[in-house]
Amino acid sequence: MTTSAEFKSFLPPVIEPDGDGSLLEVAMGPHHPSTHGVFRMDLELDGERVIKLKPVFGYLHRNHEKIGESTSYLGMMPFTDRLDYICPLTNNWAYALAVEKLTGTLVPERAEYIRVILAELTRIQNHASAIGFLIQEMGASGTPLMYAFREREKILDLFEWLTGARMMGNYMRFGGCRVDVSPEWIESAKKFVAGAPKFLDEFEALLGGNEILMARTQGMGILPADLAINAGITGPMLRAAGVNYDLRKVDHYGIYDRFSFRVPLGDHGDIYDRYMVRILEARESIKILEQALRDIPGGPIKDPKAPGRIFKPKPGEAYGRIEAPKGELGFYLISDGGASPYRYRVRPPSLINLTVLEDMCLGHNVADVVLIFGSVDIVLGEVDR
Amino acid sequence: MKTAEELLVAIQAALPDARVELLLNPSVSAQHSIVVAPADALQVAVYLREVEGLDYCSNVTGVDWPGKEIAEKVKVTKLVAGVETEVEETVKRREPGCLEAVYHLFSMRNSKEGAQTPIVLRQRTGNRTDDVKVPSLTPVWRSADFQEREVFDLFGIVFEGHHDLRRLLMWDEFEDHPMRRDYVDPDDYEWEPTAHDEVLKRAQAQAAGVAE
Repeated sequence: MTTSAEFKSFLPPVIEPDGDGSLLEVAMGPHHPSTHGVFRMDLELDGERVIKLKPVFGYLHRNHEKIGESTSYLGMMPFTDRLDYICPLTNNWAYALAVEKLTGTLVPERAEYIRVILAELTRIQNHASAIGFLIQEMGASGTPLMYAFREREKILDLFEWLTGARMMGNYMRFGGCRVDVSPEWIESAKKFVAGAPKFLDEFEALLGGNEILMARTQGMGILPADLAINAGITGPMLRAAGVNYDLRKVDHYGIYDRFSFRVPLGDHGDIYDRYMVRILEARESIKILEQALRDIPGGPIKDPKAPGRIFKPKPGEAYGRIEAPKGELGFYLISDGGASPYRYRVRPPSLINLTVLEDMCLGHNVADVVLIFGSVDIVLGEVDR
Repeated sequence: MKTAEELLVAIQAALPDARVELLLNPSVSAQHSIVVAPADALQVAVYLREVEGLDYCSNVTGVDWPGKEIAEKVKVTKLVAGVETEVEETVKRREPGCLEAVYHLFSMRNSKEGAQTPIVLRQRTGNRTDDVKVPSLTPVWRSADFQEREVFDLFGIVFEGHHDLRRLLMWDEFEDHPMRRDYVDPDDYEWEPTAHDEVLKRAQAQAAGVAE
């Protein structure tokens, strides 16, 4: 294999131990409390210093994609809830979007608004719990996490009211949504949105200037922008590295071009930036929610021409993606004209964001690995699928 | 952003030896793909990243296309009882299968230029059994790192030049490729010979001996 052009590769670096050559191998996980589930990192340590880190996946593998190839298109909708179980509604949306691209289905305006409202509520609760977990791993046992979960629970109550389940909503349908929102629901959502900035203020007052937080996160686990782009990092982690790439602004999927909001960017690409970008993104989500809840029009919530329970799309393929709270969540579908997809693929942001875990952790202490890993914000249901 | 058709022309102009072709997508999404011969994949990938600005490889996956047996009716002239007559015969033809590695490319550098459709790059293996090697594009896009490992694991495509090609989701001792269309799952995934079985056998033998 010869290539004429010169190009730069971004493969993980190799660092040499500087001690007496005796290394310690540690299997961190799969039952380590900081791994957010069942995930293992095989570390090689020179003293406290990490010189090699190999993530080991698959403990939660259930071959989600194979299931997708043996059920109908609609039958797969509840399974997508179980991918990233912290934010099931955005998973629903991404899958619905891919099928809508494949079949050319249109979505009524009211349903688009409901989708945006639910996606932004999901984003707030995801970021709140991600930060809560991060602080928990820093040693602040319980309190900040419970503050975050208190707010998350309010959002989950709204979800339960609308979809019937706190988490596994199974709510989106191709060409719309399953049930309509009531005026009372809108009122409650407005009430929550009105109180949300206060929660973020409180959160920030507690944590933003905290000396321990700053000492442990600033300049730690730095991810350079060029590596982030090449390694396909998406979501808050990419934007913390200073790359302005938000699919809500790039693709304008749904109706995101109607709302005014900004994309917060980081400067250094360290853990602190990832934390701050999440806080600021939650604030922007509140802005979107205010506009969406104010402007939501009446009308149908499902396109009458939308495909029903069993349908056979024309042969072909489609890739649909949205800006999920954790990054770009994509679904790739190939139809051969049958009632179930010929190929069903999930592009999991959690897995791909872990690509650079080794690069970020090398040279740091074991205690910092926990934080760097926590700042990536993953859910194992999506990593292992 | 260039469309797949425009990119194909650009690749053919810049790299005249590279064997690339367009694969049209008949669905309404109209996301067409570029099929590249494995031998030329690396130089095409470098060209796409460096010159065309497709610096972001979002999704990497595999697709299994098993071989199909196609029965076709052909008219043949034959001597029937000394007279030349046209006879219809069924001829069975075996269409060879292949494995496909699919890459979805976008551009972060040119992300301001409006909504993006993915540029789909495909590489195909020679067959599904012994000729399953394609070059790894991980040196060009690091995001293919884990995803190519996953494709190797679940489909059995061997990515040459990958720096760490191991199974990703299944355990190392696992032998088959579960995402292939002809995969049959075993009755018991977890079975493995354990010391317990040996002990049980010895105990049974002993019990039988005592009874005698």
